[in-house]
Amino acid sequence: MSLTLPEVKRIAHLARIEISEAEAEASRDQLNGIFSLIEAMQAVDAAGVEPMAHAQDVCQRLREDRVTHLDPQGSLRDQFQAVAPETEAGLYLVPKVIE
Amino acid sequence: MIHASLKELAAALAAKSISSVELTRLYLDRIARLNPGLNAFITVDEEKSLAAARAADARIVAGQAGPLTGIPIAQKDIFCAAGWRTTCGSKMLENFVSPYDATVIVKLEQEAGMVSLGKVNMDEFAMGSSNETSWFGPVQNPWDRTRVPGGSSGGSAAAVAAALAPVATGTDTGGSIRQPAALCNLTGLKPTYGVVSRYGMIAFASSLDQAGPMARSAEDCALMLSAMAGFDEKDSTSLERPAEDYSRCLGQPLKGLKIGLPKEFFGEGCGAEVMAAVQAAIEEYQRLGAEMVEVSLPNSHLSVPAYYVIAPAEASSNLSRFDGVRYGYRAPEYSDLNDMYAKTRAQGFGAEVKRRILIGTYVLSHGYYDAYYLQAQRIRRLIANDFVEAFKECDVILGPTSPSTAFRQGEKAADPVQMYLSDIYTIAVNLAGLPGMSLPCGFDSQGLPIGMQLIGNYFDEARLLNVAHGYQQATDWHRRTPAGLE
Repeated sequence: MSLTLPEVKRIAHLARIEISEAEAEASRDQLNGIFSLIEAMQAVDAAGVEPMAHAQDVCQRLREDRVTHLDPQGSLRDQFQAVAPETEAGLYLVPKVIE
Repeated sequence: MIHASLKELAAALAAKSISSVELTRLYLDRIARLNPGLNAFITVDEEKSLAAARAADARIVAGQAGPLTGIPIAQKDIFCAAGWRTTCGSKMLENFVSPYDATVIVKLEQEAGMVSLGKVNMDEFAMGSSNETSWFGPVQNPWDRTRVPGGSSGGSAAAVAAALAPVATGTDTGGSIRQPAALCNLTGLKPTYGVVSRYGMIAFASSLDQAGPMARSAEDCALMLSAMAGFDEKDSTSLERPAEDYSRCLGQPLKGLKIGLPKEFFGEGCGAEVMAAVQAAIEEYQRLGAEMVEVSLPNSHLSVPAYYVIAPAEASSNLSRFDGVRYGYRAPEYSDLNDMYAKTRAQGFGAEVKRRILIGTYVLSHGYYDAYYLQAQRIRRLIANDFVEAFKECDVILGPTSPSTAFRQGEKAADPVQMYLSDIYTIAVNLAGLPGMSLPCGFDSQGLPIGMQLIGNYFDEARLLNVAHGYQQATDWHRRTPAGLE
């Protein structure tokens, strides 16, 4: 297989990464090099093999749905929002999405 | 003192022949003097380190010291540490000061009483094998400044190799502890998946990531792992197992040990000098009474292809959280929300990270999922099954860690495929979830360190560490240190 320029741009859009024409061309060549490495996998007949998603065959552990930290003063919120690019009155600010 | 073992440091602290403050000061001075030529540390905060050292001294005086209390450590900048800038080697997190501690930080610093000397450099989001993808610049190998220290835990490796810290944490998704350990003459251990908590460790590929120690000896690694490991309810993949003393097997004779040599690791593709050093290590093990058994890992040639589907797929999901909203970088100018995401991610991530996000996005996209992602997961099973079969014939598996010694800065930077192939012997271990180590076994004709890899069965870290320790009792490769860093 070989990725085309429009495909590279579509993937970049899906990944929400802005990409210039020149970057898309350079990426296409590098990605095609990587996919030629990955292609070795396609020659293997692995039909019937159970896909392995995880190193250990264990079930997802569940926990009780309970509050672990009470934060009546909102100081934890302040602490977590201190690293945000833009906040106001305890809210994260983003560009308007609904007209 | 700067090349003392953790046990010797603990004894000196207990005997009060040195205080933790003095020891910390010693390393901070070395960092101030030598780090500019190495770039191993991203963040140093002397006041914070000295405050932790004073607290450790108080614990020692009060008779509440553990085996690591007061010993300084360098933390890979992938671990969130409260009040410390935590960058993951990325512009995206250049100004991120973590509001909380990773479990590894809690265990090593709050519980064991170790003293953080700061946060060490790494490939951006742990994606790289040379430490050249860091936003904070490449790290120099202390054995030869024109060469890479390996990656992604390259800052950890350079810091310990140059004695800027007695020990460091690392993380390993495809070889990121073992390969830099090999290239810098250290002993590093990647534990069985699920043994060390991933809580607060910035995620790259969640089903493969595992933290472990990078140190000067197997004995030091055993002490460290005993403090790092353990069940953590905050990590849903943490395994509920009783605590272990990973030093418990150290000193047991190796007579009768069955060492598996996978024929696929001894064929083409490995440098001649690396192979010769590994062969010499095999002979040393035979002198120690171990028995060699040929084993086969017939699907190991598929580990790099399968890994470069699975790891980018998981990374593309994990890194979707970096969108410029709740933390991290946000582009200064944008027209709407989508434009903000796209510009933030284009500007905040480096080229290798973007490349892997694109691969991951593609293999998970509609119409390609079965052909790539599911196929890779099936091959992952075949690779893991190969190890299950091999361990029916042997106790541990031995081979090279990396096909070459440290390569030159820039040598592979423009060719991702060549870079990926430097992890050819380490990746299968992550896919299977097994424990693996690298330890020093010689030097090439240019004086560059060579590492050998030991792979254990699931949860067999204590034996693995003893197999490494036995070799280190009989050899002195691991005690050699680079010149010009006194």
